[in-house]
Amino acid sequence: MMLHSILFYVFAAIMFGAALGVVLSRNPVHSVMLLVFTFFNAAILWLLAEAEFLAIVLVLVYVGAVMVLFLFVVMMLDVNIEAAKRGLTRYAPLGIGLALFMAIELINVIWLRTGVSSDGSGFAPTPEGYSNTKALGSVLYTEHVYAFEIAAVILLLAIIAAITLTMRRRPGLKVQNIGKQVAVRAKDRVRVVKMDAEKKQ
Amino acid sequence: MIGLQHYLTVAAMLFVLSLAGIIINRKNLILLLMCIELMLLAVNTNFIAFSRYLGDETGQVFVFFILTVAAAEAAIGLAILVVLFRNRRSIAVQELNTLKG
Repeated sequence: MMLHSILFYVFAAIMFGAALGVVLSRNPVHSVMLLVFTFFNAAILWLLAEAEFLAIVLVLVYVGAVMVLFLFVVMMLDVNIEAAKRGLTRYAPLGIGLALFMAIELINVIWLRTGVSSDGSGFAPTPEGYSNTKALGSVLYTEHVYAFEIAAVILLLAIIAAITLTMRRRPGLKVQNIGKQVAVRAKDRVRVVKMDAEKKQ
Repeated sequence: MIGLQHYLTVAAMLFVLSLAGIIINRKNLILLLMCIELMLLAVNTNFIAFSRYLGDETGQVFVFFILTVAAAEAAIGLAILVVLFRNRRSIAVQELNTLKG
């Protein structure tokens, strides 16, 4: 159990440092890389909370798909980093002050004002033979089946929206017209013209 | 021993950090989207901690759907970003003043 606590603190500290890097890094590519690292550490924290299925989903879906999408867009856009730097720290005192204020309030609420006993006993142990994936699946496909289907529709909507937004027809692009190519006949192609020989001028 | 309050504290610190990030990086649209992702991660951690604390999987089902909606949001947001960059050659927030009148 001591090892559990040490792992939690180590990975929480690494996650916080990586998140700090995401916020403060000037290069968007570094920011995305550190965000990937943050997600990895968050997945480890979720594993420590015995949410194994969601931890793996976070790594596979989030790091594997969404963050790659972010990286792809960041590298494709070729953003002017120097221009982004300009006038960036003007609101930094406000942001840091607000963050500190909120952090103090939240930690006050979490540690002092909650009814949860903070006697250090930790989470209650899970019953013998408990499978997180099985338990999640048994409620996901029964109680929450309508929400599950709505999630599928939302993903379809995202696909359609992303494609329609980014698809563009370029005018003047040279493309084949397959129908015309198939419908062509030999007599349309070659035209024999009878004419007199031309003289040199 | 790690309990509910430790997880809530970590999530709260991540949340306020991403809030500060939104205010500090308010010129760069990509960094704003990334800070929103960080916020969602903090909220998901809260959900998982409470799910574990109460011994109820409904919180994890919530996280599942939040991940779905966040993926859709990231895809559409980045598509809008790409279209914006194509039209304006810039993603600086302060230049988005067409509707200002």
